[in-house]
Amino acid sequence: MFRYLMRRLLAAAVILVVISAITFVTFFALPTDPALLACGKTCSPSRLAEIRHALGLDKSLATQYWEFFKGLFVDRTYGDQSITVHCNAPCLGVSFQSDTPVLTILLGDFPVDLSLGTGAAVIFLVVGVGLGMVAATHKGKAADKVAVSASLVGVSLQIYFVGLLLMWAFVDKWQILPAPSYTPLTQDPVGWFQGLLLPWATLVVIYLAFYTRLSRSSMLETLGEDYIRTARAKGLPMRRVILKHTLRAAITPIITIFGMDLASLIGGTAVITESVFGLNGIGKQAVDAVTNSDLPVTMGTTLFAAAAIVVFNIIVDMAYGIVDPRVRLA
Amino acid sequence: MAIELPPQTADGTAPSAFLDVRDLQVHFPTEDGLVKAVDGVSFTLEKGRTLGIVGESGSGKSVTSLALLGLHKGTRAILSGEIWLDGEELVALPEPAMRALRGEKVSMIFQDPLSALHPFYMVGNQIAEAYLVHHKASKKEAKDRAIDMLKRVGIPQPERRVNDYPHQFSGGMRQRAMIAMSLVCNPELLIADEPTTALDVTVQAQILDLIHDLQQEYGSAVIIITHDLGVVAQTSNDILVMYGGRCIEYGSVQDVLNHPEHPYTWGLLQSMPSLSSDVHTKLNPIKGNPPSLINLPSGCAFSPRCAFKDRVPGGRCMTERPELRPMAGNDQHIAACHLADDEKTDRVAK
Ligand SMILES: Nc1ncnc2c1ncn2[C@@H]1O[C@H](COP(=O)(O)OP(=O)(O)OP(=O)(O)O)[C@@H](O)[C@H]1O
Ligand SMILES: [Mg+2]
Repeated sequence: MFRYLMRRLLAAAVILVVISAITFVTFFALPTDPALLACGKTCSPSRLAEIRHALGLDKSLATQYWEFFKGLFVDRTYGDQSITVHCNAPCLGVSFQSDTPVLTILLGDFPVDLSLGTGAAVIFLVVGVGLGMVAATHKGKAADKVAVSASLVGVSLQIYFVGLLLMWAFVDKWQILPAPSYTPLTQDPVGWFQGLLLPWATLVVIYLAFYTRLSRSSMLETLGEDYIRTARAKGLPMRRVILKHTLRAAITPIITIFGMDLASLIGGTAVITESVFGLNGIGKQAVDAVTNSDLPVTMGTTLFAAAAIVVFNIIVDMAYGIVDPRVRLA
Repeated sequence: MAIELPPQTADGTAPSAFLDVRDLQVHFPTEDGLVKAVDGVSFTLEKGRTLGIVGESGSGKSVTSLALLGLHKGTRAILSGEIWLDGEELVALPEPAMRALRGEKVSMIFQDPLSALHPFYMVGNQIAEAYLVHHKASKKEAKDRAIDMLKRVGIPQPERRVNDYPHQFSGGMRQRAMIAMSLVCNPELLIADEPTTALDVTVQAQILDLIHDLQQEYGSAVIIITHDLGVVAQTSNDILVMYGGRCIEYGSVQDVLNHPEHPYTWGLLQSMPSLSSDVHTKLNPIKGNPPSLINLPSGCAFSPRCAFKDRVPGGRCMTERPELRPMAGNDQHIAACHLADDEKTDRVAK
């Protein structure tokens, strides 16, 4: 088990290095010049060269990448005579825009997506599997049709539409909720909950449909298995047949997909939700960084999202090993 | 106090045996049409006796046995007829009452134990669970009972094996575990659906002995479902031959195997290796395919494959469905075939 984990982590590190290199190269293939942007409207050639030097853009691509990589293990100092920024290892670089170390930015934004993503994911998983279960056990009956068509409505809605509608109703019209915002859970649990309720609801509406249909079909498939018939043949009550024997097997294929969805939500895919509700998360940070040609922040957010996926991949595989006794981790 | 009413059968006659199945039909409505998987099957079985049900794949053997367990309830299957078990009618029995019988009074050894055992739970837990549904017992007692059952069915080191998962068992051990599970409540009616297919001959013999021993001990009624007439000859008192969802021959093992009356039964006997005395005799599998259960051939369902249909005058085999009737004046041996008795004596003598 331990050796398995070590091997997986090593492979993950290699993947992240490759991704960072690709991001690096792609960034420089873009036509925009970050130095020109930082220089502003009244830019003299000498000032431009200065900025280029300060940002380290005058060095070769390989040197720049090497310095970035070295920064992961040793402290770096940026800047020239006027301003110097110190960046402690592990250093992911310093933002061109705000002169803040990228890691500081990421650590500041990360809790927003962690709360937003995990909260929404827990709700859509539980509710989706529940609805899917009801639909599967009432196949073809009214409950099934309601669950399936309700989930179809959800799938055809757009985040900005649902989000703005919910905001208008709950915040502006009925005024039962405060405007969405992020308050750390440790600081004020009630505020955390109230501030994230609408963003969660929005994400849940979008994802729920998929999880309902996924678990419905997985349940239906499992219900047709011979071992479910065996469970009934023992004289078990239907409730137990479904909640124990069927659910356990039906949930397994859902784990993988759920793990990937959760990872990408935490990694910042909920960018539209973030911006509709004015939350400053990784997703928004990433979009801003690309717009501003802020290489270090672009790198940082990309690597963060990639790391989330890679880590959750390992978690999912290990979870499989626990849930399914036939799977041996090796 | 409730007054015991005599059971009300459709024709008013009292159920004549421990298990009395009358005109059982199981139909499945599908997109392609109504699948008549079982279409009018009747038989009786006393405690302590064994009935063998034989027939090709798809002839309705498993569907019949699932009906005895009430496992078609809550599905789209349409059932009719009567199943009297110990004076109680099961076709119309509501699900909660049926559930109480399942695994306790009637239980089943399923075909293909690998897929019939839950892959995510330990074998011992699955056996213990079957015990716990019907008995007030602690988890510990149920587990001890599971170990005991595993020992009875000949699993080595049952104390250790009880914590194994099904995939850690060999095919024969899985079959034994399946048997242990179905016997954990000492059922009065045990249905074994092809308990020995896919097992090698020695294991097959052991499993059949095991079922026999346990039957002796508890005096249960046993139904053995198989493709293999050899298994029936070895284990059963009576035999029921199914074809296309119907019973085409039914009687004691001696009568049916020594004087088969239906050409399909002849065919089954000829396609069997173990009963032919001469090893060099070529096997004669029955030519043609099993009939469609949606559109059974008119007349006798077996007629398209029957080599003797021309011996019946007027093409009756293709137009008129033969009824089950006593053969050679023996009420206990019935078959559904138009061939005159002398024709058959002729054929069998060959
Ligand atoms: N739920 C169902 N819906 C539709 N058709 C079904 C259903 N269950 C069984 N059948 C059909 O009923 C027929 C009889 O099936 P059954 O399983 O009883 O065959 P069998 O005699 O046990 O065959 P085998 O020897 O292969 O086990 C088959 O043609 C099968 O396709
Ligand atoms: Mg079968």
